[in-house]
Amino acid sequence: MIVSHRLGPALAAIAVALPMIAVIVAVVHGATGADPELWAHLREYVLGRVAWNTVILVIGVVAIAMVLGTSLAWLTAACDFPGRSFFSWALLLPMAVPAYVLAFVAVATLDYAGAVPMALRGWFGPELWLPPIRSTGGVIGVLALAGYPYVYLMARGAFLTHGARALEAAQSLGLGPWQGLFRVAVPLARPWLAGGAALVAMETLADFGAVSVFNYDTFTTAIYKAWFALFSIETALGLALLLLVFVVAALAIERAARGRARYAAADSGARAAMRLELTGARGWAATGYAAFVFALGFALPAVALAQWAWKVAPIDLDARYIDYALRTLGLAGMAAMLCLVLALVLGYATRQAAGGVTQAAARIATLGYAVPGTVLAVGVVTALGAVDQGFRAIAGGEGLWLQGTVIALLLGYVARFLAVAQGPVQGGFARIRPTLEEAARGLGLGAREVFTRLHLPLLGAGIATAVLLVFVDVMKEMPITLMTRPFGWDTLAVRVFEMTAEGEWERAALPSLAIVIAGLLPVALLTWRMERAARAA
Amino acid sequence: MRLELRELTKSYGATLAVDRLSLAVESGRIGCLLGPSGSGKTTVLRAIAGFERPDGGEVLAGGDRLSGPGLWVAPERRRIGMVFQDYALFPHLTIQANVELGLRDADRAARRRRALEMLELVGLADQAAKLPHELSGGQQQRVALARALAPRPRLVLLDEPFSNLDAEVRMELAQQVRVALQAEGATALLVTHDQREAFAIADEIGVLRAGRLEQWDAPWKLYHSPATRFVADFVGEGSFIQGTVLGPGRVSTELGVIEGQLTRGQPAGTHVDLLLRPDDVIHDDDSELKAEVVERVFRGAQFRYKLKLPSGATALSFVPSHHDHAIGERIGIRLDAQHLVGFPRG
Repeated sequence: MIVSHRLGPALAAIAVALPMIAVIVAVVHGATGADPELWAHLREYVLGRVAWNTVILVIGVVAIAMVLGTSLAWLTAACDFPGRSFFSWALLLPMAVPAYVLAFVAVATLDYAGAVPMALRGWFGPELWLPPIRSTGGVIGVLALAGYPYVYLMARGAFLTHGARALEAAQSLGLGPWQGLFRVAVPLARPWLAGGAALVAMETLADFGAVSVFNYDTFTTAIYKAWFALFSIETALGLALLLLVFVVAALAIERAARGRARYAAADSGARAAMRLELTGARGWAATGYAAFVFALGFALPAVALAQWAWKVAPIDLDARYIDYALRTLGLAGMAAMLCLVLALVLGYATRQAAGGVTQAAARIATLGYAVPGTVLAVGVVTALGAVDQGFRAIAGGEGLWLQGTVIALLLGYVARFLAVAQGPVQGGFARIRPTLEEAARGLGLGAREVFTRLHLPLLGAGIATAVLLVFVDVMKEMPITLMTRPFGWDTLAVRVFEMTAEGEWERAALPSLAIVIAGLLPVALLTWRMERAARAA
Repeated sequence: MRLELRELTKSYGATLAVDRLSLAVESGRIGCLLGPSGSGKTTVLRAIAGFERPDGGEVLAGGDRLSGPGLWVAPERRRIGMVFQDYALFPHLTIQANVELGLRDADRAARRRRALEMLELVGLADQAAKLPHELSGGQQQRVALARALAPRPRLVLLDEPFSNLDAEVRMELAQQVRVALQAEGATALLVTHDQREAFAIADEIGVLRAGRLEQWDAPWKLYHSPATRFVADFVGEGSFIQGTVLGPGRVSTELGVIEGQLTRGQPAGTHVDLLLRPDDVIHDDDSELKAEVVERVFRGAQFRYKLKLPSGATALSFVPSHHDHAIGERIGIRLDAQHLVGFPRG
């Protein structure tokens, strides 16, 4: 009785975790079984440069994103300056712009023949020296602009909720506001800052589109080239495993940096604290700084995209473009529904049986968000290849049953984005107090009725959030789509990749604009929630 | 319907939460389990409702066994209403829909009628269309009661039903709940750690300590005739002085010979610790007996003085508040007890 009562949820959770397990097994098995000569070759010609590039990139991007995110969060959370309330949400808007879009806009406008340098040379003379955008610094700058909102969001939350009381306590002990920042607020926010830094590091390690635009070789581009230029699955798997090692290392560093501090719920009594008034020049300096970051991260790219899209729309806005858009929406919709159903299964299972097996399976199933898309892509294709081989052994023939079908693509999306759906669904389940279930059962409702009449309606907001987040993430997704899509299944992101690969910046603008507009939806939701929380406080 | 527990036992790992507990609440009566936190009272309630599986013993309601060796009825099949400490109202449903949720066999009109009838009983018929968060805590509490009563359960369980409410509304609400339960002829069992709530609502009270029932009795008997020292300490205020039984209803103490009914009937010559309730110790300026004030608590109509007796023992006394004495002052007292409760000296 007790066993079957626990076995169901555990089995369901394991089933949901299966794709992720298959991907990891495929990568590890394929990579470790590779030819020793191949490894020697990799070590000699590829690893040194790719690993060095990746390390430099991650360190640079995390450092700049931390400085930008923390300083802007402090300014908008604890200070007051002209435009503060606008910037407090506007500084999140760069989240809507995928790094690869920011990258090609930067290259297109800041390269030697781009509009900005041309204008500057026009004013200051042709000898004017400008730092080259196609450089390590350039790619670091672009990824930092794309990544700082994660740090900003986490740091701001920490400053607003936990910081207020602690800062007042610090002031009562005679510390000035700036002393309070460095001696109380930042140390207090350390777990959140570490969390934000880890997110930026993950995104940077996983980035494929932006580094491709810059021709900056990292593990992700190396995997892609091994796959599509060298046609060496073994090389791709080997590189994928190494990239995974980097991801694990980054997560371990985050654990260590977080120290013994743990996330705790904000004290509900937290009220908005007095803001530090920045007056005169200091106030305008703060405004200028926030405006500069906002302009580079969102406003200028958006204007450039809109301008180019307007220019090319008459030619490019044809049936093929509609095709890209519809296929993108279809894939995103399917993936969102799939992720939602699996997240509900997982959330329900872990609620029914909080046992070790179920919990572990849930953790594995949602591991994918930390695994770069390129790694998942080679894992999915390899795993499905093995399954196909099994089918062929049974049924005979030469067919590819799963490899190169839309199933492969959806499997990759689910592996990567299940965690995105699971977060809000799990949060929704957590907010349903256990006594509600008991009350319902006490009134005579069976398990299924409790799910349909209590869980589903109460999960409403969580379900909507999960669907929206996965939908938009799939729309933006580039490497998995690129590497596992069936022939002819081009999406908006694939179109962006193809156009930028040929340097056709203006023609990449139309699909990019669609992606950015879709990306604004979750950011709007996020800012709306923040505002509501601020009003409630 | 009659509720009976036989030797109910439940442990969590090495800790025994409920230890062979037996009791019975007769049909239409309101029982209460009173005990400090951690005494196992909520575990008993949840075992009756079916949210916990007992390790041993039986739960019977109106003659039906709900759990016992090899038998366990799922909570949704027990027909037991429960009022939760946090009320557990469904936040997405109106008050009316909350109350109707448990009414499942009847047709729509009958459901509506019954729900309204219950809301009227608790005085909230005019709030039927509102959502739970629009009501005050006390109102939510009454909705929870209406919801639990609506399906005409064989038994209603109430888990610390008043603990989230302000002290002022508690007593009033406890009375209203008692009236509503009686109007429905419901059999009920509530648990609380607050003796005033227990006194206000229950016909019988069981005092629980570390999973064991110390005494199951009417409130009045619990106070005036506690079965154990723990019950004497936990229910009401009081203190002990040493005494020797002289004969039926006569005990000699340092405050003289006290006469009254010796509830435990010890034979002459027994040395006992005699329980003194604050209302047994009367302030009397004419009395020869003096005691020193060591602590005073102003309670509006009364002072509660803690007095040091000549032997060094202490006694509590309620004194009308116009008798204002400072700490250190010696005041006259006399004893006036009807019930003498003596425990073997230990």
